[in-house]
Amino acid sequence: MDFKDSPEEAAYRTQVQAWLAANAPKAGGDGDPEGAGDLAAAKAWQAKKAAAGYAQITWPKEWGGQGGTPIQQVIFNQEEAKYPTPGNPFQIGLGMCVPTVATFADAETKQRFVGPALRGEEIWCQLFSEPSGGSDVAAARTRAVQADDGSGDWIINGQKVWTTGAQFSDFGIVICRTDPNVPKHKGMTMFWLDMHDPGVEVRPIHQMSGGSGFNEVFFTNVRVKDSQRLGAVGDGWKVSLVTLMNERLAVGGASGAGWEDFLAAARSIPTADGATALQDKAIREKLADWYVQFEGLKHTRNRTMTALSRGQTPGPESSIGKIVSANAMHDLASTAIDLLGEYGIILEPELLAQQGVFHSSFMFAPGLRIAGGTDEILRNIIAERVLGLPGDVRLDKDVAFKDMPTGR
Amino acid sequence: MNFDFSDDQKFLKSEARKFLEANCSTAKVRAVLNDDAKTYDEALWKGVAGQGWLGCAIPEEFGGLGLGHVELCAIAEELGRVVAPIPFASTVYLLAEAVLLAGTEAQKAEILPKIAAGEIIGALATSEGPGATTAANLKATVNGGKLTGTKIPVTDGDIADVAVVLANEGGKPALFLVDLNAGGVTREALKTLDPTRDAAKLVFKDAPAQRLGDAGDGLALLERILDRAAVLLAFEQCGGADRALEMAKEYALERYAFGRVIASYQAIKHKLADMYVKNELARSNAYYGAWALNTNAPELPIAAAAARIAGTEAFWFASKENIQTHGGIGFTWEMDCHLYYRRARQLELVAGAPRVWKERLVSQLERRNAA
Repeated sequence: MDFKDSPEEAAYRTQVQAWLAANAPKAGGDGDPEGAGDLAAAKAWQAKKAAAGYAQITWPKEWGGQGGTPIQQVIFNQEEAKYPTPGNPFQIGLGMCVPTVATFADAETKQRFVGPALRGEEIWCQLFSEPSGGSDVAAARTRAVQADDGSGDWIINGQKVWTTGAQFSDFGIVICRTDPNVPKHKGMTMFWLDMHDPGVEVRPIHQMSGGSGFNEVFFTNVRVKDSQRLGAVGDGWKVSLVTLMNERLAVGGASGAGWEDFLAAARSIPTADGATALQDKAIREKLADWYVQFEGLKHTRNRTMTALSRGQTPGPESSIGKIVSANAMHDLASTAIDLLGEYGIILEPELLAQQGVFHSSFMFAPGLRIAGGTDEILRNIIAERVLGLPGDVRLDKDVAFKDMPTGR
Repeated sequence: MNFDFSDDQKFLKSEARKFLEANCSTAKVRAVLNDDAKTYDEALWKGVAGQGWLGCAIPEEFGGLGLGHVELCAIAEELGRVVAPIPFASTVYLLAEAVLLAGTEAQKAEILPKIAAGEIIGALATSEGPGATTAANLKATVNGGKLTGTKIPVTDGDIADVAVVLANEGGKPALFLVDLNAGGVTREALKTLDPTRDAAKLVFKDAPAQRLGDAGDGLALLERILDRAAVLLAFEQCGGADRALEMAKEYALERYAFGRVIASYQAIKHKLADMYVKNELARSNAYYGAWALNTNAPELPIAAAAARIAGTEAFWFASKENIQTHGGIGFTWEMDCHLYYRRARQLELVAGAPRVWKERLVSQLERRNAA
């Protein structure tokens, strides 16, 4: 049991370190977790990585990758994180959209899109969630109807929501309802489309935290060619599963307030009895609990890396990550603000310790508990896929989509 | 990155599981539970000695197998899984580790081979009453090599041959090795929350005592011993917590209510998912503890505290929610749920309560992350 690289991994790490030392930016990097920040800088860095084969290490060489292993990608990510690199608005496209296009489109389409996406010249977004279906993606209502002019084209109408990066995306993959007369999973079809086409309108969502990292996307009579269809008509659900399978490996750490921030802040916050918050026994117990949770996740990621390093599929333990981190961060931020007393209501970063990391985490944590699978859905996933418990009773399974109970 | 058991260690672990499945069914555990006169499973103890587990981490020169502590962690997990009714923790995690850590060559040569051979049982005697034992309230005293005082409770005190005892000498706490079969020791068996583990009150009257470690170093040395034991106990806790989750899952998949298995209700699914989350956090923290223990890393005090806190939380939660998942039948003596509920609390208190470990963890973090 140790944390050492294997000889091959150590050699790869040395090679990556040397390349980064010569090529990575030494200053800059906006660290904006929600948006793309400086898009031009991000694109320039992506192009550099692509030219050296580091943009998608696990992709085959003919696609511009290195035919490398997942552990090599992890090693690169670890080393890259030591530099102030720009944000990465390409991950959703390269991790999910482009592999889907490559799997289901013809050779010409693949040829057209893979290279520019890899080099950061074109950005992709994934258009799945809708106002009527966040957790329940198969409840999508956005309609695609084949034009009656004999062209074979499809006309798309509807709305997507929570689309990350739509505001600067060039292309997207969109799941649409093509047959409402069959049960929901059977009547959907996937397309790729040009986000600059007429009838596509992107509007930023104003989050409760004040930021705008996500978008609503409206489709009004957007016309796409039948050749833009990914997979067979009615097979959209199966295609979407391929997209989601390609979700990147969850071996990165969480951002936001952590136990070290709390420890540092609690040292200097006075309490009513003239001591500091860090001397408060109740606070110390909470700090111990958060330490165990955050460090437990770090070591869980090390277990995942170990499986990758041994050429194995990571075990299900990585599924606990977001439930634990989102809730621990929420509790920690909430407690840290409480310690400030009345001063805690102030939301001026320059008047707050650690530039207000507790306040920003406090306002962002409710979103973190929902994004990428709610706490409740993640518990269902652990119960069903890890523990093998039965799926929920589905009242809509054998009902035609048009007859499904929908509320509003 | 190599943060898992090796193939050899996994093999050892699966062999241990097979051995315990054959030799430590819950019927065997219940035989100890239901019989006040039976303090531990002697046949299992002999079998475990025969497997060499008692000397797993004891060097070969002292009659052990000379394997590492990661191997011992693997065995600990399997023992925890079956709530083994034997004095393994007292003898191996506490007595053997104490002697390995602080014993003179003569003490090592005297005690370790007997532990490895299964000839003696150990115990740690620190508690004298409710709450924590501190330099301020410690009463047991050693004068001229003779110990006088009362220790209550002493886990496995009724069956132990050698105890590590905390007592004052010259006004300062130190640790002592005491032969419980020599004169000056009176034992009184105690009823406990977990009758599958023995405990007793020990009264010492001029009992011969040999100092372990330096004079006046008792509390610091005790902390170092408990750091080592905490990691091993955390693996027992992981094993027990995993088994409690399995029991809950097995029952939820066969029990019907309102026309469907109860495992199909989200109230049950989410409860079991929460158990899984805590168990995995405990396992990851325990692995870090195993690494620190095996390499004698400076991080050991922090790693041990985290492993112990997470292990305690996971086993407590899994053992109580396993009863809840079973419903009424889980509250009966005949179901095995309470064996795990009892053991969870025994393991939680045997080497210091969670509150103590949380304070130790934060004190260490404060020092390490000094402003």
